[in-house]
Amino acid sequence: MGMNSNNSKASIQRGGSRWPRLILNIYCGFVFLFLMLPLLVVFPLSFSSSQYLKFPPPGFSWRWYEKYLDTPAWIDATITSIKVATGTTILATILGTMVAFSLVRGTYPGKAWVDRLVTAPIIIPNIIIAVAIYGVFAKFRLIGSWYGVMIGHTVYAIPFVVLVIGAALRTYDVGQEHAAMGLGASRLKAVWYVTFPQIKPAIISAAFLAFITSFDELIIAMFLSGSNMTLPKKMFENIIFEIDPTISAVSVLQILFVGGVLFLASRFGAGISPIKS
Amino acid sequence: MTAREQGIGGWFRQHRGLREHGGSMALSLPTVVFLLVLFAIPVARLMFLSVESGSFAPYEKAFTDELYLTVLFNTFKIALFVTIVSFVLAYPVAYFLTVAPPFWRVVGLFCILMPFWTSILVRTYAWMVILGRHGIISETLIALGVIDAPISLLHNLPAVLVGMVHVLMPYMVFPVYAVMQRIDPNLMQAAFGLGAPAWRAYWRVYFPLTMPGVLSGATLVFILSMGFFVTPALLGGGRVMMIAVLIEEFVSEFIDWEFAGALSAALLLTTLVVYGAFKKVMKAESKWA
Repeated sequence: MGMNSNNSKASIQRGGSRWPRLILNIYCGFVFLFLMLPLLVVFPLSFSSSQYLKFPPPGFSWRWYEKYLDTPAWIDATITSIKVATGTTILATILGTMVAFSLVRGTYPGKAWVDRLVTAPIIIPNIIIAVAIYGVFAKFRLIGSWYGVMIGHTVYAIPFVVLVIGAALRTYDVGQEHAAMGLGASRLKAVWYVTFPQIKPAIISAAFLAFITSFDELIIAMFLSGSNMTLPKKMFENIIFEIDPTISAVSVLQILFVGGVLFLASRFGAGISPIKS
Repeated sequence: MTAREQGIGGWFRQHRGLREHGGSMALSLPTVVFLLVLFAIPVARLMFLSVESGSFAPYEKAFTDELYLTVLFNTFKIALFVTIVSFVLAYPVAYFLTVAPPFWRVVGLFCILMPFWTSILVRTYAWMVILGRHGIISETLIALGVIDAPISLLHNLPAVLVGMVHVLMPYMVFPVYAVMQRIDPNLMQAAFGLGAPAWRAYWRVYFPLTMPGVLSGATLVFILSMGFFVTPALLGGGRVMMIAVLIEEFVSEFIDWEFAGALSAALLLTTLVVYGAFKKVMKAESKWA
């Protein structure tokens, strides 16, 4: 008895009994369940044999995947989304890399304002960006073209690219570049042969991030794409007008696709993680 | 002599500096022009659309009409609530990730990142399946005999809140977890060693140290909530009005650009005020450190 109370006293002094840890684990278990719940529903539902959103599904079938592949509207939307996301990736990566270099390396009047301008699209709600660009594009009859959506998405994706590449440039030792220049390389050559290869993983990660940002974006696409729908817009309209398990199948495919992109980003780039360690 | 050398050297340095800085300024030019023409100017124009035509009426309507004030206030309340719930859910999770053994940390990270990278649309759709008339909850309650007829748990405020917390909570986990990882465990040992009870050591030592992470998480969640569209539009079913949904309606249904602009200005103003306040607090904190 005495031993026991001694033991528990010692453990309190080391930072508490076992109970708080147990409660923490159970609490977090429930939070994790809450987070995973939607995915645990979507996967089985996509293989349902019923056309209703019955859960658990009454039987197994591939019919919703077949319906997706057989419906031109779904395929067109997928192709449009990939086109838009690819264009956004190229444009946002080039523009973002340039401005990231300028912001990390340069000191010039107005730099603080350039910094603000570049990060603003993250802070300003998407709906405002979408409506504002819509106003301009409506005038120039750019609504309904895939490159219109691409331009809108590029505005939104640039800050993400700048964040990723800016972080890499800040930890990069400029001394290496200066050494190359001291040995007779021009500035351009030093950047191209010394700096670039070292921040290449960050650039690749930024490119993949831009791709996913565009591929998942709904609000800007909703306003700018017109009848030339992207995948998220097509999904949005389907959810509103004819909700059936096809969307589950599309969802699963989209999750797998984004998962594949993330895998490539970690394989060939520096990975894309919202968690800094 | 030395002064003169310095003078010349200084001139050279300055001259080279000028060339370099000119270069990096030019490097930012394409992006700056792109964002000015396609983002900053259009947004500014949207805000001042009604002022341009010489009338403040839309602004007056947006800021004085009780209906729109209610929507704005509602949006604010929802954003605040989502921020608080996100904190309550995310803080223990971030701590769990910090102290858990490696295997469970990976499991936890998987459970956060997998939904995080799933499109909002997919997740909202899943909530519709869970909460809908023939959804999981309704069917389970029938099977258990709690209710006789199927019920729909959609198209109300709780549904919107559940959907929003689900999407936004990870944004709270990331910054808090990042801060917790950097806290020196010896600090807690010192507090325990000096005889502080566990709860007190956590409250007085650990929690204040995590504040910067909590603040950035809260700001992020709040700003994102204010402009939320997909979740209220789908899970709210027209019964839960948030300002982004209202803006969309005024543009695509009523084609009232001036009023949509005024509403956008109200939303933007709130967002910028919160963001500005956050920057101020963070600056004050970093001065202390």
